[in-house]
Amino acid sequence: MSTPNSLLKPIYLDNNATTRCAPEAVAAMLPYFTEQFGNPSSMHSFGAKVGHEVKAARAALQKLIGAEYDSEIVYTAGGTEADNTAILSALKASPDRKEIITSAVEHHAVLHLCDQLEKDGYTIHRLKVDGRGRIDLDEYRKLLTDKVAIVSVMWANNETGTFFPVEEMARMARDANILFHTDAVQVVGKVPINMAESAIDMLSLSGHKLHGPKGIGALYLRRGSRFRPLLRGGGQERGRRAGTENVPGIIGLGVAARLALEHMSFENTHVRALRDKLQAGILAAVPNAFATGDLDNRLPNTLNIAFEYVEGEAILMLLNKQGIAASSGSACTSGSLEPSHVMRAMGIPYTAAHGTIRFSLSRENTEEEIDRVIAAVPPIIAQLRKLSPYWDGDGPVADPEKAFAPTYA
Amino acid sequence: MWDYSETVKEHFYNPRNAGPMPEANAIGEVGSISCGDALRLMLKVEPETEKIVDASFQTFGCGSAIASSSALTEMIKGKTLEEALAVSNQDIADFLGGLPPEKMHCSVMGREALQSAVANFRGEEWKDDHEEGALICKCFAIDSVMIEDTIRANNLCSVEQVTNYTKAGGGCSSCHEGIEEILAKVMAERGETFSPAPPPEKTRPGKLSTLERIRRIEQVIERARPNLQRDHGDIELVDVEGKTIYVAMKGACAGCQMEALTLGGIQQQMIEALGELVKLVPVKLKSPQGLVNPS
Repeated sequence: MSTPNSLLKPIYLDNNATTRCAPEAVAAMLPYFTEQFGNPSSMHSFGAKVGHEVKAARAALQKLIGAEYDSEIVYTAGGTEADNTAILSALKASPDRKEIITSAVEHHAVLHLCDQLEKDGYTIHRLKVDGRGRIDLDEYRKLLTDKVAIVSVMWANNETGTFFPVEEMARMARDANILFHTDAVQVVGKVPINMAESAIDMLSLSGHKLHGPKGIGALYLRRGSRFRPLLRGGGQERGRRAGTENVPGIIGLGVAARLALEHMSFENTHVRALRDKLQAGILAAVPNAFATGDLDNRLPNTLNIAFEYVEGEAILMLLNKQGIAASSGSACTSGSLEPSHVMRAMGIPYTAAHGTIRFSLSRENTEEEIDRVIAAVPPIIAQLRKLSPYWDGDGPVADPEKAFAPTYA
Repeated sequence: MWDYSETVKEHFYNPRNAGPMPEANAIGEVGSISCGDALRLMLKVEPETEKIVDASFQTFGCGSAIASSSALTEMIKGKTLEEALAVSNQDIADFLGGLPPEKMHCSVMGREALQSAVANFRGEEWKDDHEEGALICKCFAIDSVMIEDTIRANNLCSVEQVTNYTKAGGGCSSCHEGIEEILAKVMAERGETFSPAPPPEKTRPGKLSTLERIRRIEQVIERARPNLQRDHGDIELVDVEGKTIYVAMKGACAGCQMEALTLGGIQQQMIEALGELVKLVPVKLKSPQGLVNPS
């Protein structure tokens, strides 16, 4: 390549972390910071116009998730608030039920809340996953008792993209008379959803994961579900989430929802094909590497590859130097030199778990970008393996765990 | 993204002395693949003089682990083993222009690899004696094991005491919840219950008398003055009320854009000198009788 790396356009492959807010969404939001500043609750023309547009934005989001009523959408500050609201509401609404069912691979918004609830005396059942990140429905079925206040499992995993069978799990929970919540922040906008036909009672979504703005999300709350608000105060969101509406955010999310619906088939054909090309291209060129998760049953945009005998952050830094943005499951910090909880739950061996890299695409990525990444990755892995005490020439040293014998571990 | 210095990045992108060294006669290995970083340090030592004539490394790990390894080999080449052993992990971090608190363990690993290599050369056995826990206090880079051990060894029972003994929690204070959890756990082991109320005054170890406290506050102010005077500013102690220390910024320091930064630095020195959390508040000297808080 003759063009210096610094002159090439950066390639953004970290769309499961956040997406670029669509320019159409930004343009639609801007008036609501200036002339359209009214409070939708107000009894005058400043507020009325805004209230009307908020209603239209709500309808756009309703359409994206196929909700039966627009009043089933409760705007929140994001996915985390929606998750916290759903779980804490269920506990408050059923004070006699002291158990929660979740999974071992949830997002921290659910996982860390459950850790805290465990300290407060609740019993948390964390469903295990197999090597491909799949749940055992028999284990789940046995846990569905009248002591359980809520089931909260993610629709798709943020690191591997693997889907959980949430529709089936929700029906099982409904048969056992248990509320079912799903964290769907990675799914909404990428995969068709029809809540009207679903057994899911509550669903969390986040604006900035689908080319909407940050600071806005929503909890879908099925009509008739027992609910207790997290925030009390004014009567906004029909008394279910107090606080003056984030009007620009709601408007931006409305536009993002409309665009996501328009691009739904593109996401599942074109983006999926680019992702598959990236996977095949890297795995063909790099030895001792494999894709993680349930490869035939995952988000169309997500690819997680484990590179053996190298460390994730080092890979990211070298990718970043070439203008390629991805992310790693391993957090290499003092005292927590642990691979991600998702990789650990799937039983990915340590030799590979520290070197997992997530490439998450969006409809904005091009084939030319994917070709550049396919060309860039193999030399980076080779360069780091050359430094690694576990690598010798063309392959790992014989019996790596023993070849390197430190005085302490 | 970590806030790595240019030197860290430079040593990561272009590591010095990387690769195996078949003729090495001193090899130190620390870490493991399960904990995410591993370092093999290889030295060629002249037996008569114990001089390190060459050094190389192989590292599995993050950017700062590779940079720390590279820096270490550069720092110790040409030194005798004794001189090399005087290199501390802080020296490695300084050589790299600093490391984020979460990454200081990378420099510790470098230092341990060096000790291990020297022991290997001398035919001794080297045992690591430190264990690292999760990082609790990000301001002073104190981990959970350090806090736990200190609480146990000194029978501590309050966050304030933990701060006095370890500095943990003495900065932004956002880790106090974490410290309370460790306190509750360790106190439960000795059959006590953690209560957030501070312990009775008289049982607090090393509590300063009012006079000694004021003296130390004055000492910190005096130490800070020459630097400020050099920039045509000055600082004056106005009053002390409990944990609030009122000062007046004078000359070029008054209203200076860097005022908050200056005060933050001096406040940190106060906290360290007094072993307690205090707040430094700038006031305007209106008249000898009254003080006015700037709005």
